[in-house]
Amino acid sequence: MTHDGKVITHKRKESMRSRLFTVMTYVLFILFALVCIYPFWYIFICTISSNALVNKGEIFLWPREIHFTNYSLIFNIEAMIPAALMSLYRTVLGTVCTTLVSVYMGYLFTKPMWGRKFWYRFIVITQYFSAGLIPTFLIYHNIGLTRSFWVYILPWLIIPFYIIVSKTYIESIPPSLEESAKVDGAGLLTSFFRIIFPLSMPIVATVAIWIAVAQWNSFYDTLMYNVNLGSNQYNTLQYVLYKYVSKTNTLLSEIRANASVNPDDIQKLMNPTTVQMTVAMIVTIPVLFVYPIFQKHFTKGIMLGAVKG
Amino acid sequence: MDASKQIKRLKPRYQSKEKWVIFGLAAPFLIIAFLFLYLPLYGWIYAFFGYNPPKIMTLAQAPYIGFKHFINLFTHPAYSKQFYNALKNTCVMGGLTIITSWLPMTFAILINELKAKKFKKVVQTVTTLPNFVSWTLVFAIAYVIFSGNGLMNDLQKLMNPSHAPINYLMNDNNTWLKMWLWQQWKWLGWNAIIYIAAISGIDQELYEAARVDGAGRFRLIWHITVPGLMMTYLVVLMLNAANFLSTGLEQYLLFSNPFNSSSTGKIVTLDLFTYYKAFPLSGMADFPFATAVGILKSIVGVALLFIINGISNLTRKESLV
Repeated sequence: MTHDGKVITHKRKESMRSRLFTVMTYVLFILFALVCIYPFWYIFICTISSNALVNKGEIFLWPREIHFTNYSLIFNIEAMIPAALMSLYRTVLGTVCTTLVSVYMGYLFTKPMWGRKFWYRFIVITQYFSAGLIPTFLIYHNIGLTRSFWVYILPWLIIPFYIIVSKTYIESIPPSLEESAKVDGAGLLTSFFRIIFPLSMPIVATVAIWIAVAQWNSFYDTLMYNVNLGSNQYNTLQYVLYKYVSKTNTLLSEIRANASVNPDDIQKLMNPTTVQMTVAMIVTIPVLFVYPIFQKHFTKGIMLGAVKG
Repeated sequence: MDASKQIKRLKPRYQSKEKWVIFGLAAPFLIIAFLFLYLPLYGWIYAFFGYNPPKIMTLAQAPYIGFKHFINLFTHPAYSKQFYNALKNTCVMGGLTIITSWLPMTFAILINELKAKKFKKVVQTVTTLPNFVSWTLVFAIAYVIFSGNGLMNDLQKLMNPSHAPINYLMNDNNTWLKMWLWQQWKWLGWNAIIYIAAISGIDQELYEAARVDGAGRFRLIWHITVPGLMMTYLVVLMLNAANFLSTGLEQYLLFSNPFNSSSTGKIVTLDLFTYYKAFPLSGMADFPFATAVGILKSIVGVALLFIINGISNLTRKESLV
């Protein structure tokens, strides 16, 4: 009797603790999810609310006096359209080229290549060392890759990780599929484009989506290889965003340091806030749309990371 | 491996010719790999010459200076002070990441305890989103919230109308912690995914058996889930430790300001340090010195990888790389 009683009170205690634990976990995750999503929401409602209210700092949770002129006006800024095109070019071309090369090299490494083991290591080992920021810059500069669009494409062509995962995937394709085509007299390239590539679509999608996001988000290469050398014609959207934000930041710090600035000027300098937010939104929107659709492929990428080369 | 053996058996005659054809097809990209991944190592040579643009524009004109910069790094009062500061910042921020590397695992365990499937999915989608936006955007968000006319000040004004705006980004207070927090915001949800997958791989019968034996919820977590994730955690931990020095550049470059990037500033990691040496905001560029720092970083990084790989071989009987 007493023994049973003990068990029951123990069980009850356990279930109480368990329930408290559940509630706390829910609260924790709701809070963290809000912290993750609110900044995006906040920027979005600021871009569609009345600019005067935004400047006065009266927008918090919901948009007020909704308008979309920020989005139509933003492209009147001279630098915006070329930068948007540049981001688009590098993302599209970079994604196509790197994906193709990764799957192609992955395929060739499944074949009896001359010195295959050596060359495969030659590629894979580069994951584990790098010459460093500045030596890389100096060499790229010397081979004429700086102040050019190609610095966005060529250094991205060989990314060992994507070659490894492509090779791993292609190895899982039954060789019989390819053999039958070989009997029909297909060469290596034909068999790659006709058979292997179409069969590798799952890995192609995963690799492509990864590269596309990385290309779209890339920032310091623009700064280091082009802008630092005085070349502004290859500016991307990420760089334009950086420029707007960092410039206002320094301007505002100057205002703080120098209290004698005319209040009108402060007002003028504070106006770029909505410009910044709109640029930020334009930079984010493609990712916001692409990400939920391809979430499966994104998460597949990290699982592939567990595969060793 | 198997495929190649099979082909060897099937077509011994074509073998010798075909292997060259395949090599020929791969060769252009092997050359590209050499150009963009190996040739930059040749850039190390700049550390040993007085290359000094725009005065000395080519390596041929530059005088040989030997290990001067490597010695300066440790002995020259001005250089060494900055170098040690950068080293300290890198180690502290790297260390902070390592000692909190159990957070994603905890995240995964907790989210696994939730029963509402829809809720779980929404939380996962939302918390992994920051991983996919650029550091530029993270900085824009920081700006929109914490700058002088940002959300933080708006809220303070709401409570206290006479509040004078403060730019929370323009200082060097708690820089290490702030950088760590931004990283957690960006990566915590994402880093948890690997553990969430690992949890779903744990044998469900273990839980059943334990439940029959009367184990409660917390015992199941502590005695089954946590041990089941330990191997994954160990691998992640070792990879983190091996990449200890590679903090990346973008985050620190974006969040740097005149206060936190001074010679004693807390945001200056080794990467940012070399960047500012080569592309200073004012004054002369010093490419050879920046290269010397980069060389040291690379060599120590590879050594670290070897050591940790050795540890992995000993403890897991399996190599890390």
